[in-house]
Amino acid sequence: MNKAIPVLATLSAIGFAACIYLIFNYAPFEPALLFNQKIFYFHVAHAFMLFVAVTICGVSSLIYLKKRTPKWDDLALATAEIAVMFGAVVLVTGMIWAKAAWDIWWTWEKRLTMSLLLWLTLVGYVLVRRFAGASADRLAAGLAVFGTLGIPFIYTMVDRSDHHPQAGANGNVMTLDGPMKLVFWMSVLTFFLWFLTLVMMRVQSARAEREVRELREKGLDAGLFT
Amino acid sequence: MLRHAARVAWKDLRIELRSKEIVYTMAFFGALIVVIYSFAFPLKPDLVRAAVPGMLWVAIAFAGTVGLGRAFDRERENDTMRALLLAPIPRLSVFLGKAMSVAVLALAVAVVCAPLLALLLDAPIFAEPGPIILALVLGAIGFAIVGSVFAATLLKVRSRDVLLPVILYPILIPLFVAGTHATEALIASRVDFDKAWYWISFLGIYDAAALVMSLWVFESLVIE
Repeated sequence: MNKAIPVLATLSAIGFAACIYLIFNYAPFEPALLFNQKIFYFHVAHAFMLFVAVTICGVSSLIYLKKRTPKWDDLALATAEIAVMFGAVVLVTGMIWAKAAWDIWWTWEKRLTMSLLLWLTLVGYVLVRRFAGASADRLAAGLAVFGTLGIPFIYTMVDRSDHHPQAGANGNVMTLDGPMKLVFWMSVLTFFLWFLTLVMMRVQSARAEREVRELREKGLDAGLFT
Repeated sequence: MLRHAARVAWKDLRIELRSKEIVYTMAFFGALIVVIYSFAFPLKPDLVRAAVPGMLWVAIAFAGTVGLGRAFDRERENDTMRALLLAPIPRLSVFLGKAMSVAVLALAVAVVCAPLLALLLDAPIFAEPGPIILALVLGAIGFAIVGSVFAATLLKVRSRDVLLPVILYPILIPLFVAGTHATEALIASRVDFDKAWYWISFLGIYDAAALVMSLWVFESLVIE
């Protein structure tokens, strides 16, 4: 795992530069939104990673609760924290784009609402992790499990209770074609590599933290510290 | 298992019936929230109709959380939660029993707040009593299920009073939104039964999913 990190980091750095170049020089202007649409390549890629991270976090939390093997907890912690970061990027870029495209910073549109609720759950996860003391791992895992369970409910909920007019279909990835599609999937790949790099680094540091803690406890038991 | 659960629930409710501490304080708190609403929001008739569903469910969420925390604090004072978990009954009965008693407490808040809202804000909450009571019961059950899982896990944590809402509310958002929409459909000037039943069944499915998940993870969560 150690060796993979520099490789992945390099790949994502190259991909990042290539994406920036392609986004501004290769991908055509979107007819309605023109330059504003460029943010889409970052925004949607981050949103994908948010969902990937949340899913991994929920599943590994469940495994951790059932099996109590600490490595799953490390993974859940890493993905949750990184999901908070990616979620923040999604929300901020989303707002910038919304201001440009719909001339409003925030609207309770489906995807916005859903990303916000997911993000709030994850912020809760990180808060619990930090402040719940000894049982933080179990509590946070429970929160992640129930939060993931809630996703389909949140989805139906926002799908059904959306009173606002749908603000354009400009997020529909499947209708992309040609150069746009290529650039888009390339930025998804780039951010996926970046996401993997971050998760691996965070897992590593989480494991190191845990090992230090365990060693310290052993030392305390042996009477090394007073 | 259900018989043991009922016994745990009855134990809680009997303590409550004797001291009446939680019910009185929760009901009073709920009533205060409603009174604060009536000062905090403009009371034009059409606005009331739009705002009352949210008011009702927010009051239940707030007062319910206070009662939930207190109901589990009782198990902490003499470390009786450990005794309960060590008792020769399935641990899930302990969970179910606690959830049942919390559901009753949460319903008690609704019983106070809903009529009070109807009275003070002149809201037609009981225009369709059957479905609205069903929605409130399902809401209380869902709240109690998820709430009991986390309140039980939080027992040993120092900052549990702050963390309980931090954990619960993100998870319970679908429940409260569904409850609010159901209420809204039922007190509209033209009652929309289709919408109301959609949200009530949403509540039912949410409760079922939360129950299955709780039964599955409760033991792993509370055992250290």
